[in-house]
Amino acid sequence: MSCPDPGFPQVPFLGLDTLWFQVAGTVCNLRCTHCFISCAPDNHSHGMLDLPTVLRALDEAVELGVQEYYFTGGEPFMNRELFAILEATLRAGPATVLTNGLLLDPRRCARLKRLDEGSEYSLDLRISLDGWGPEDHDRIRGPRAFDRAVAGMRNLWNAGLNPVVTVTELAEGVAGAEGRERFLDRLRSFGLTRPRLKILSLFRLGAEQRRGRGYLPSERLTSGDVIDPERLQCSSGRMVTSRGVYVCPILIDFEGARLGSTLRDSLRPFSLAYPACHTCHVQGVTCRT
Amino acid sequence: MTSDRIAVFGGVYSNYLALDAVCRDARRRGAHTLYCLGDLGSFGPHPERVFPLLDSHRVVTIQGNYEVSLAARRDDCQCGYTDPRDNRFARLAYEYTAEKTPEAAKDWMGSLPAALRKDFGHRSLLMAHGSPRKVNEFLWRSTSPAPFLRRLLDEARTEVLLVTHTGLPWHRRLPDGRHVVNVGVIGRPANNGRTEVVYALLTEGEELDVEWSWVAYDHRRLAREMEEERIPKEFVETILTGWWTTCLEILPAKERAEGRF
Repeated sequence: MSCPDPGFPQVPFLGLDTLWFQVAGTVCNLRCTHCFISCAPDNHSHGMLDLPTVLRALDEAVELGVQEYYFTGGEPFMNRELFAILEATLRAGPATVLTNGLLLDPRRCARLKRLDEGSEYSLDLRISLDGWGPEDHDRIRGPRAFDRAVAGMRNLWNAGLNPVVTVTELAEGVAGAEGRERFLDRLRSFGLTRPRLKILSLFRLGAEQRRGRGYLPSERLTSGDVIDPERLQCSSGRMVTSRGVYVCPILIDFEGARLGSTLRDSLRPFSLAYPACHTCHVQGVTCRT
Repeated sequence: MTSDRIAVFGGVYSNYLALDAVCRDARRRGAHTLYCLGDLGSFGPHPERVFPLLDSHRVVTIQGNYEVSLAARRDDCQCGYTDPRDNRFARLAYEYTAEKTPEAAKDWMGSLPAALRKDFGHRSLLMAHGSPRKVNEFLWRSTSPAPFLRRLLDEARTEVLLVTHTGLPWHRRLPDGRHVVNVGVIGRPANNGRTEVVYALLTEGEELDVEWSWVAYDHRRLAREMEEERIPKEFVETILTGWWTTCLEILPAKERAEGRF
């Protein structure tokens, strides 16, 4: 049981609404230069989650009354058990998968559509873009990543699923209202006639520290900061990885953010002692669309 | 002995024509008490026309996020949208409503309860706007799984929970026999291509009976009055077609797929 650190504000635990699964660990088919947990084909610091591990967590989650489930990595579709995992999850509640889109071929998209039709709960797919076109996106993600992500979007759309496209602030001008409208037009030009868009904050951790910069000493919360638990996902969410339960998806490289082996272990307040907590506090980072 | 029957509806959104039609329909169907779960103003014209009707139809009303904001003279509705376009439209609707709502009505809104508990036959019933824990929480059918609803009901210590705020009606009976009903709204259509609006009729008995009543009203007249008031054409289009043109980004995947836009 970690003690509260008096130097930092504490976020209370309000109840487990959101459960994340680091379903592909830190293994990815890309090596993005802005990845806050430095995912890569050879990064095994967190391993793939297997079906029994997810089922155990789901049992606990159902008992605790979890509202929604998110799957990330790494690249979730690299986990061979992902479809079985999603099928089990969609019996318990809505599921969202965060993907780079590269593995979304027509066959997988058709399977996803069948999963969606078989559940009364929502199945949502989020595809990441880091720019308006290949020149920005591929500089961060690697050759042909943009075109392959767009192909994945189209495959989902053609299968009858409408993905949420998540765009980091790295896409020039996307954060403003006008930039957002232009980006929606860009998505329409790919054939997504009813585009859905979510703008993401960058966290200056992992690979992003080397691409951009790390956090400045001033970018930290102090005990004098008044926090709003409603704006912080750590007040109502947790992250399951192969190494235990962490407070959030952002801090899985920090042992101090590991709160236990089971969900029940993790249902307690947390000291916002990490610079990334400053980003969440300032920007009100939310999992929701 | 006759069963107790109540009518429960959500967001009036200044649609005073629908409010009048719904109240008459509910009385005709034998509802002896009418409840409104808040958000009296928003997209529609002439917000001041709602209050005399609530009075004459003896509607029991609780606060929605609109009433909380207007009573506190806040400059935003706290609807809880995350998308800039949705927020822009929400701001337009709120500014119009705030300007046209009499000060006395805003004071009255501050006196309304945030939630209401009632015994309904042998069941306990709780009415709230968004959820029992937050006035602007969106409880959608496709993202409110049974285990989560069980937790909400446990925390709120009730067997039946009635909410609104999302604009889309649904009813889930939990395996343990408890119920959660999102009663939808009467201020605009339910994003289904129909111009009627919907509310819930609850009848107590061995099994709780939840029935939806779809009510037609003079929606063309409302649209004309909205145009005369220079209310955004996107809101008028929804009234005339039954399809939402705004507040779309907050929708989960399944609900989004059911609409036109």
